[in-house]
Amino acid sequence: MRRTLLFLPGNNPGNVQSGGVFGADGVILDLEDAVSPLEKDAARNLVAQALQTVDYHGCETVVRVNPLVAKGAKDIKVIVPCEPDALMLPKIESAADVKEQIALIKSAEKPGQKPVLVMPLLETPMGVAHALEIALSDDRVTAICLGAEDYTAGLGTARSKEGTEIFMARAVVANASAAANIDGVDTPFTDVQDEAGLIKDTMMAKNMGFKGKLSINPRQIDAIHNVYAPTGAEISWALRVLQAIEEGKNRGTGVIAVNGKMIDAPIVSRANRTIELAKLLNLLEVE
Amino acid sequence: MNKQGQAGTLESNDIHIVVSETIPGTGIKIELTSTVLLQYGTAIKRTIEQVCKHLNVNDVVIKAVDKGALDCTIQARVKTALQRAGMTKEA
Amino acid sequence: MKNAVGRDIPDIIEGFGKLQPYAGAFAALPDMKRQAPHIKYVKPGTNKVMKDLEAVFKAIPITDGMTISFHHHFRNGDGLLLQVIKTADKLGIKNLTIAASAIFPIHEELIEYVKKGVVTSLDTNYASGPVAKAISEGLFKKPVMFRTHGGRPRAIECGQLHIDVAFVASPTADTYGNISGREGETACGSLGYAYPDAEYADYVIAVTDHLVEYPVTPISINQSRVDYVVKIDYIGNPKGIVSGTTKITKDPVQLKIAQYAAKAIAASGLLIDGFSFQTGAGGASLAVAAYLSNIMKANNVKGSFVMGGITGYLVKMFEEGLFTTIFDVQDFDLDAIESLSKHDHHIEVDANLYASPYNSGCIVNQLDCAVLGATEMDKHFNVNVITGSDGTIMGGSGGHSDAAAGAKMTIITANLTRSRMPILKDEIQTITTPGETIDVLATEYGLAVNPRRQDLVEKFKKVKLPLFTIEELTEKAEKICGKPQPIRVSKDIVGVVEYRDGTIIDVVHKVIV
Repeated sequence: MRRTLLFLPGNNPGNVQSGGVFGADGVILDLEDAVSPLEKDAARNLVAQALQTVDYHGCETVVRVNPLVAKGAKDIKVIVPCEPDALMLPKIESAADVKEQIALIKSAEKPGQKPVLVMPLLETPMGVAHALEIALSDDRVTAICLGAEDYTAGLGTARSKEGTEIFMARAVVANASAAANIDGVDTPFTDVQDEAGLIKDTMMAKNMGFKGKLSINPRQIDAIHNVYAPTGAEISWALRVLQAIEEGKNRGTGVIAVNGKMIDAPIVSRANRTIELAKLLNLLEVE
Repeated sequence: MNKQGQAGTLESNDIHIVVSETIPGTGIKIELTSTVLLQYGTAIKRTIEQVCKHLNVNDVVIKAVDKGALDCTIQARVKTALQRAGMTKEA
Repeated sequence: MKNAVGRDIPDIIEGFGKLQPYAGAFAALPDMKRQAPHIKYVKPGTNKVMKDLEAVFKAIPITDGMTISFHHHFRNGDGLLLQVIKTADKLGIKNLTIAASAIFPIHEELIEYVKKGVVTSLDTNYASGPVAKAISEGLFKKPVMFRTHGGRPRAIECGQLHIDVAFVASPTADTYGNISGREGETACGSLGYAYPDAEYADYVIAVTDHLVEYPVTPISINQSRVDYVVKIDYIGNPKGIVSGTTKITKDPVQLKIAQYAAKAIAASGLLIDGFSFQTGAGGASLAVAAYLSNIMKANNVKGSFVMGGITGYLVKMFEEGLFTTIFDVQDFDLDAIESLSKHDHHIEVDANLYASPYNSGCIVNQLDCAVLGATEMDKHFNVNVITGSDGTIMGGSGGHSDAAAGAKMTIITANLTRSRMPILKDEIQTITTPGETIDVLATEYGLAVNPRRQDLVEKFKKVKLPLFTIEELTEKAEKICGKPQPIRVSKDIVGVVEYRDGTIIDVVHKVIV
């Protein structure tokens, strides 16, 4: 699951070592925007060490490397052998960008190492325009993310809580992720004090098809997870779908309908995901 | 000019490292202050020594001010300081 | 001899006589009458107001070897204790015992007076700062007696702590000795810790910077116990006495711990109508209160009382109808002080009623839940709140052991590791609160439950709270920090740790510098 990916400033030992306790689905050890230009080497070394010794308690470990034009190649060379689950690639604008970095990743991997996946971060109008080709560029692309702060700067507009200025970008990224059958992760909500605003923003993201949200503060984790928790109605529906499939199998019929709607593979998949999440969140009555 | 390098901060959980090149034969000399000196002083010095040896640095003077850094932080900061001092190759 | 928590307690310590070893949280029972001071007498028309502290010293008179006492409601803003000692020194008095309910960094100068021999003995519930460090390094020849907030009134009432003269720092006093903590520049709210002194000391002196015409109302400590009244310019610094409104911590790790603690309370079955609760006053403790507040509101729970050191946040919960009553032994901020005057059901209580184990039932006996801190904990859930892991004194039980003994469920909230200091150790430096009174440890990784409480284990499992054995958490801490070198302390004893019932639960050893 990628309901929450929590940014941790990569040069900050306190944050880096405790990142796993907040229950986020993933942690992003950040070598890019959260690190001053003078400390990039220190952050790289710290994150490299942390990946080898810190227990992140089941969180997906992601490292946001610097762009290639800003010594990103060095980040890849040092970080990849430390076996992060994925790298977040900032400011991606084309499939070629992605492929270039994946080539570097492959050459940095140790023999037998589990392939390091990538999460391109789309932060510019060009990146958003190329969302689909980026999502399809390689098997290792496991998610695409929207970075709205830089994107709106690129558009020449102001960022707002309502999000009208990023509505199109969100729709494009969500659509591209669905088309490529990968996760779309929405931009962070930057007002840490405003929990109601965060919930509203996350609901919007969920409704538009994003599977999760980037997060900039541990306090946001629970609120985001609550939005993504299946409601009682959703759980009942999912149970009915799975029951109908079972019955259909037993009777030997092919096409199944629930509530007058045909059940096909994507719907079954959604029902299964809902039940998985419900089990995880202890929302199902124990049999 | 003596090669010198520093890394880390004086924040909690961090360790501030200053390394200085020294004449061959000096060995690894560590001057350590730490908020957990009594509990981990020996372990901290050992970690610093191990990093130096691993990077083929056998003669160095290190001044360390520790605020409860874990091993991974100590290793990272020492490595960074030595790299900045040009006393070991960069990644 | 070894006591019931496995600590070696000397049979006799010079200056204290024979020591009773701790034998269990409720093992030692009283069998005596109250000790009583001499009957007092004041003819009508007597003027109690004295010119200055010196005049009081001469009138009593205060002589070598006496025990003088102070409350700690002014915390690190206290200005009275040192002025009284200074006066004693000026008059050439020596060998005084100070019975101060707590010692703070502001009292640093006390060290000089101990070295000079003006003060040679200390009886307290808490010590922090330079004085605490000096005690650890062997400042006093006679070990310092550390009691609990409930044990001090017990010791006073039972005669083990005899006070010759109680100096009561009084934010407001009238000319006949009625004292109030609610008004004046140095207002501190409740004077709970001063009551036992006023009740039992041979002489009680109200020392105020705000002397008013008779009578002051409402009265905290009344005229019938007060022998003299002195007005001086300075008794304490308001900025050190109260903080602005105490804020909830922003530290995300502390918030995580607080959340686990609140969830544990919710899962325990105690969070129902009539719920009562006590917590500390720091930013992290308030976070627990905040999470509880949300859960109570969501489930429409109406609590009964909150107890303790009171802050504006707890007052807010009370005003929102989450609790019907505040039992107040100490106020930490201006909102709390104001509430004490404003609300009928915000009640000033004395230390005896709050926590003494030897009466017909103290308030902590009625607590559903106490949320407390710790510097160290061992595998038996024994807790240290008096020394750091290096053996230096930096606190004391305060009300810790009392609340833990009384509450139905006691939760310790603590970082499993903080700047390479693990809270869990195989052997802790000093035991202040016995494991049999501690039920749950809440850390940033999850909870550990005392094996005595299988009922809680079942309840927490049901709601899938992350549970570990204490051994697992100890191992986890060691994996993160590495195995610490054992800290050696000397054999010399610098402190005696008395459990609330008068038995000795541990001793504090001199640190090796």
